Amino acid sequence: MSPAATPARVELDYAGSERLTMNMGPQHPSAHGVFRAVLTLEGETVIDVEAVIGYLHRCHEKLAETLTYAQYPSIASKTDYVAAMTSEFAYVRAAETIGKIEVPKRAEYLRVLVSELQRVASHLLWLGTWCMDMGGALGGGATIFLYTIRERELILDLFESLVGARLLYGFFQVGGVRYDLPDGWATACRETVDVLEGRISEYERMLEDNPFFMARAEGVGVISRELAEEVGISGPLLRGSGVAYDLRRADPYSAYADFDFRVPVESSGDCLARYRVRMVEFRESLKIVRQVLDTLPEGPVSSRPGLKSVAQTRIPQGEAYARIEGPRGEVGCYLIADGKAKPYRMKWRGASFSNLAVLPHIIPGHKVSDVVAIMGSVDPVFGEVDR
Amino acid sequence: MPEWLLPVIAPFIVLNAIIGIVTYVTLLERKFAARMQSRIGPYRVGPHGLLQPIADAVKLMMKEDIVPDAADRPVYNLAPIVFLAPCMFIFATIPFAPGLGVADLNIGILFFLAISAMEIVGLFMAGWGSNNKYALLSAMRAVNQVISYDLPFIFSALTPVLLAGSLRLSDIAAAQDGLWFVFYPVIGQLAFIFFIVSTVAAENRAPFDILEAESELVAGFRVEYSGMKFALIQLGEYAHILGASFLGALLFLGAWSGPGPEWLGPAWFLLKAMFIFLLVTWVRWSFVRIRVDQILALSWKALLPMTLLLLIATAFVVVWRHSGVA
Amino acid sequence: MTPEQASTRISERFGTAQIDGESPIVVTLPPDAWFPFAQFAKDELGCRYFSFLTAVDWKDLGLEVVVKIDNVDNNLSLLVKTRLGPDVSSCPSLTPLYRGANWMEREAYDMFGITFEGHPDLRRILLTDDWEGHPLLKSYAVDTPHPPYR
Repeated sequence: MSPAATPARVELDYAGSERLTMNMGPQHPSAHGVFRAVLTLEGETVIDVEAVIGYLHRCHEKLAETLTYAQYPSIASKTDYVAAMTSEFAYVRAAETIGKIEVPKRAEYLRVLVSELQRVASHLLWLGTWCMDMGGALGGGATIFLYTIRERELILDLFESLVGARLLYGFFQVGGVRYDLPDGWATACRETVDVLEGRISEYERMLEDNPFFMARAEGVGVISRELAEEVGISGPLLRGSGVAYDLRRADPYSAYADFDFRVPVESSGDCLARYRVRMVEFRESLKIVRQVLDTLPEGPVSSRPGLKSVAQTRIPQGEAYARIEGPRGEVGCYLIADGKAKPYRMKWRGASFSNLAVLPHIIPGHKVSDVVAIMGSVDPVFGEVDR
Repeated sequence: MPEWLLPVIAPFIVLNAIIGIVTYVTLLERKFAARMQSRIGPYRVGPHGLLQPIADAVKLMMKEDIVPDAADRPVYNLAPIVFLAPCMFIFATIPFAPGLGVADLNIGILFFLAISAMEIVGLFMAGWGSNNKYALLSAMRAVNQVISYDLPFIFSALTPVLLAGSLRLSDIAAAQDGLWFVFYPVIGQLAFIFFIVSTVAAENRAPFDILEAESELVAGFRVEYSGMKFALIQLGEYAHILGASFLGALLFLGAWSGPGPEWLGPAWFLLKAMFIFLLVTWVRWSFVRIRVDQILALSWKALLPMTLLLLIATAFVVVWRHSGVA
Repeated sequence: MTPEQASTRISERFGTAQIDGESPIVVTLPPDAWFPFAQFAKDELGCRYFSFLTAVDWKDLGLEVVVKIDNVDNNLSLLVKTRLGPDVSSCPSLTPLYRGANWMEREAYDMFGITFEGHPDLRRILLTDDWEGHPLLKSYAVDTPHPPYR
């Protein structure tokens, strides 16, 4: 080939000591959504990561100013779409706190019930996708992924018979919940909980007896306690770094004060610690579900049933910050109401936004393979990050 | 039959047979994996999915051949062929039955091991010629990994050679008439285990498949290939695994020996090769993969010393056995 | 430390602050006390947990920056606000104290146009770099036309 005929080449940029800039772009099998990480590599070690987010930005906060309090809860589930029940909870609680609206006991118990089932479903998805990231979609990771998805389907079937939707529900409304339990649901739920408990023990044995898994997860992605608090991460990440802070215990909301459950804390701060925290949370959530089913009181499911128009709910002037413990951490809604049917300002504190902010601080120094393992254990959902 | 005809027909038959087996081995793997994952696998195309590989092959042949604008064309285009050729050559020295093979060289196993290590050239050409950082990273990892694991592969394959006393593959198979090498006390089992581990690693099968880890490198060195070139690379990979399975069956499981009449020998051979293949596949669908530095540490710090020691121990045992007998 | 003790200590140190509520304790300050108060809260009240930072557009009254910092050991929570005043859109940055403020302030800049002095890398985070306008301001209409996405 004559020199004149050689086409222009894209040069790989090497600078000084052989650094390679690699883009783990928004389309990537393990980006957990749309996330772009521009990695600067020296060999196989990452020395710098620049996280670019905003690919899923829909400006929920502006949207909330244009929708009434009756319309927005269904949209709220689209922030953390993997754990939609807990997403709606924060908004509805904020509105109820400002308006001092009573929620009947049965509704509170139902809210706790679906939140805990949602936590189990979300953690099942986390386990499957994390192992798939570490093991490959054509390999051992996919096996665990398919098992956990099979279990998650059981929970989604329960939700489908309760609400009618599998992923994004409109179950919560200001004043209570929208639907009551259909006949036979409680029995089906108990059976599902029994099945899940056995299967979770199976996964624990499968993974913890496996030296490959331990080699990938142990000592990887250590978040120190001080960094954890400064950046504001929450949920299993915070509890995996030694801070015993669970909003269901520290600041009990809804009916959580009535139930007995343990809050797991691990101090090593690595991926294995976060994995252990979530595995214990599985069992504790199932325990709470059983307690709710045993003690569910009778009564109405909403203090404001039968909406006749979307603008019917008006919240008086005031502001409140309501936060709940979602599967990923503290999901909060800072709501400023001004007496009309639509809020004046709503700020959505997404758990994954703060959780993701810790990545540029912990990734440098690890290998490329660890980037996916760490991202998986941080478990971001980009609906919450970008809103 | 004229002298020159046999050396032309035999490879032709073997090549076609290998390509045929490879296509159906992909279906076997998919069904096996599916059953492990509590699902069914290909089911609709043909009865129980039996026509699925044909459908896949036809699809790949019909695809548009895309070459990236800035790729190094000669390197990019030649890479699949350079990758495929060694993977096909390894079947040259394997005897499928006593006297039935393409070329029963008296350095049979040496030829196999040397040629199978040549695939790394094609792999690196693919990674380099694609002009893609993912492919490049994968190619660099590949060079590291395959070279590191070829050594334990060779040493664990040489242990049966010592036990049989010959490099000729049909001699090694014949020497297992009384006792399959895998049943040799301690040495046989250890060598078999090391052989399986090194095979899995030297062929980039999970859990050592970091070089095509799609969760990190999105198909690695194959990322820019589509259509028939991709099919050639897949063919080469599976042919290599199959070749190593045949080798394992020959070295450790007694090749064609089995109950029943003589002409059933090749069938037993195939069955044993499939057993090893399924063992490798089982491992693939069960474990997460480990990091590249952990893989290299496993090879250099654990596997290489152990296979070397095993080889030396085998040499001692052979000499002791012969001196005792003599 | 109970909320009452915290409120007393705050009012002793910062006379210009308005304090209400218990959980969270809502503290309203003028902008020049913003950074000193955050330092005080981190060092002396033990509020090392950075929950979120955002802004509110009060139309004619100007912008207001709100931050929530918690003390996770004692369950103390502070919601600190500062009114920047009409036509003012700059505020001291809390990034030197809390690393979590980095992305939160970038988001407030992106959505409201508030420049944070002392922020190491103030640029848009959620919207594209060539976006014009700041969406969460009340003056930005919901149906403002924008260039089509590439």
